[in-house]
Amino acid sequence: MNPFRIVTGLVAPLDRANVDTDAIIPKQFLKSIKRSGFGPNLFDEWRYLDRGEPGMDNSHRPENPNFVLNLPRYRGAEILLARRNFGCGSSREHAPWALLDFGFRALIAPSYADIFFNNCFKNGLLPIVLPENALDALFDAANVHPGFALTIDLERQTVATPDGAMQWRFELEAFRKHCLLNGLDEIALTLGHADAIRDFESRRLHEQPWLA
Amino acid sequence: MAGRTLYDKLWESHVVRCEADGTALLYIDRHLVHEVTSPQAFEGLRLAGRKPWRIESIVATADHNTPTKDWAQGIRDPISRIQVETLDANIAATGAKAYFPFRDRRQGIVHVIGPEQGATLPGMTVVCGDSHTSTHGAFGALAFGIGTSEVEHVLATQCLITRKAKSMLVRAEGRLPAGVTAKDLVLAVIGRIGTAGGSGFAIEFAGAAIRALSMEGRMTVCNMAIEAGARAGMVAVDDTTFDYLRGRPFAPMGELWDKAMAYWRTLRSDPEATFDRVVDVDVSSLRPQVTWGTSPEMVVAVDGRVPDPDNERDPTRREGMARALQYMGLTPNTLIAEIAIDKVFIGSCTNSRIEDLRAAAEVARGRHVAPNVRLAMVVPGSGLVKAQAEREGLDRVFRDAGFDWREPGCSMCLAMNDDRLEPGERCASTSNRNFEGRQGAGGRTHLVSPAMAAAAAIAGHFVDIRRLV
Ligand code: SF4
Repeated sequence: MNPFRIVTGLVAPLDRANVDTDAIIPKQFLKSIKRSGFGPNLFDEWRYLDRGEPGMDNSHRPENPNFVLNLPRYRGAEILLARRNFGCGSSREHAPWALLDFGFRALIAPSYADIFFNNCFKNGLLPIVLPENALDALFDAANVHPGFALTIDLERQTVATPDGAMQWRFELEAFRKHCLLNGLDEIALTLGHADAIRDFESRRLHEQPWLA
Repeated sequence: MAGRTLYDKLWESHVVRCEADGTALLYIDRHLVHEVTSPQAFEGLRLAGRKPWRIESIVATADHNTPTKDWAQGIRDPISRIQVETLDANIAATGAKAYFPFRDRRQGIVHVIGPEQGATLPGMTVVCGDSHTSTHGAFGALAFGIGTSEVEHVLATQCLITRKAKSMLVRAEGRLPAGVTAKDLVLAVIGRIGTAGGSGFAIEFAGAAIRALSMEGRMTVCNMAIEAGARAGMVAVDDTTFDYLRGRPFAPMGELWDKAMAYWRTLRSDPEATFDRVVDVDVSSLRPQVTWGTSPEMVVAVDGRVPDPDNERDPTRREGMARALQYMGLTPNTLIAEIAIDKVFIGSCTNSRIEDLRAAAEVARGRHVAPNVRLAMVVPGSGLVKAQAEREGLDRVFRDAGFDWREPGCSMCLAMNDDRLEPGERCASTSNRNFEGRQGAGGRTHLVSPAMAAAAAIAGHFVDIRRLV
């Protein structure tokens, strides 16, 4: 996983609550056995006018000109603004894979669904939680000012406009921050506790022998 | 000492170690695996040169991509076939406690076969790369869905890095009226607390109405805890749990069974335990529920009407409602009973167990699917459920009434196989998600109980099942 430190990027506003993982990456693309290549099908049903199937050449498909990510001013965005309960629904990690593959590095929303939130961290996509009023201000700015960008500083836990005129602090668990900043492999970290796991296992088997 | 909740007990008995910030290493007893969320995890393991930690924890099956008819022809969609064959190869290479591949007579939806085999036991931690893993909490287990990176983490270490959730008690008292089911109960709870209402919580479902439910009903309720945004759903262990588990293939036997039972009996919240949030529900006046929108919280009683966004004051919510109504092709204030349907789907890990099929068959018996319904399909949750239903003659009842009787799998719950809605088609479905495109691009899903789905198939539109029973 790539480390995440400071990201400055264009901001795109997706003004809907309860955006579910079926919308983020529809099920027909889950048939892939790879981790990459999901970007062209991110928000497939909203982004294109035809029906997407795996293996299509997406560059020739008719785009929905009204979908926010298709508007020229938001092309190349790296930061996505969203509303509450973003990523609800299934556990598919294909959702953060698709967002990353599309080019997003961070999300900003008032709340996320639990599994999705977790999955983001495992892939170096930063899901930032800010209060509703901060989101309202950000949505306004992204709608009004073409080229509206933000700088996210993970070390300092801040979101700010490049000129520093607007700034917010966000909360983050220490362990997650540590892993993201250093791009750590969690499995290797856990295997560092292999003895503790084995001890636990033998105690458990002694107390609950039916779990053998 | 203050009392402990069931969740406290399950959590504390699985913590291997805990960091100062509350990040814990949690031991996992049972790892359920299916073809969609596992290939990248097995590949990651291989690339890192790692071996699975405890093969006996793995129970695997192919369910999401498998067709529900013409099994002799195999899986015709080549991309689906590769995914299923990849699981075959991965399990052949690593091993498992049990694998039920495509066309095995015990194959089925992962959340149906786990309990059916006794592979889900009280007191266990159960994970799967699938959000509806919450289903297994019905057995007094701590069960939750994980992403593919976490699947790899569990394969490699038998543990997860996670944090304890807050606790919520949903206390359902009273007796469910005739024709009103576990599905209606959980839809009503979601309607009340919202799809994010359980966010950050593990929910324990308790109260007389839950204790009176069969294991099938409890699984339906816990299955949909995730639709309320909860990390997990669970129900305390009681005699109903034991009666279901006794004699299942992977359940302990003899002396071990007795020993296990003694421990399992402790798996309930202490009377003085406190919860971060308590939601009280009286089920005695509950009515059958039907969703009208594109989120499970968009739900009303069958004798109600499609709501009017103009009556909603919150602007984001109002817009969401308007968008949902447009997608669903519905006009505000329409009577639910006046909504005609095109297809019916009885199946999914929410409602495809034998009790669900019996309830639907009871309604279908001696009647016929309405002419405006293009397809009414019944998809049993597993090969064993299908066999049981056939022993009871339910397949005949369905066939005689004009339903399709299919092979087991996820099927039109998420439409990864050939079973799907066409754009604009409206479906009465016993599944758990009514998101845009869930059952096929442009398809319109209304979530209901099995009996309500069968009744809608017969009438051609939604009907109040209480008038039929
Ligand atoms: S039946 Fe539906 S919800 Fe259940 S595991 Fe299959 S796809 Fe997921």
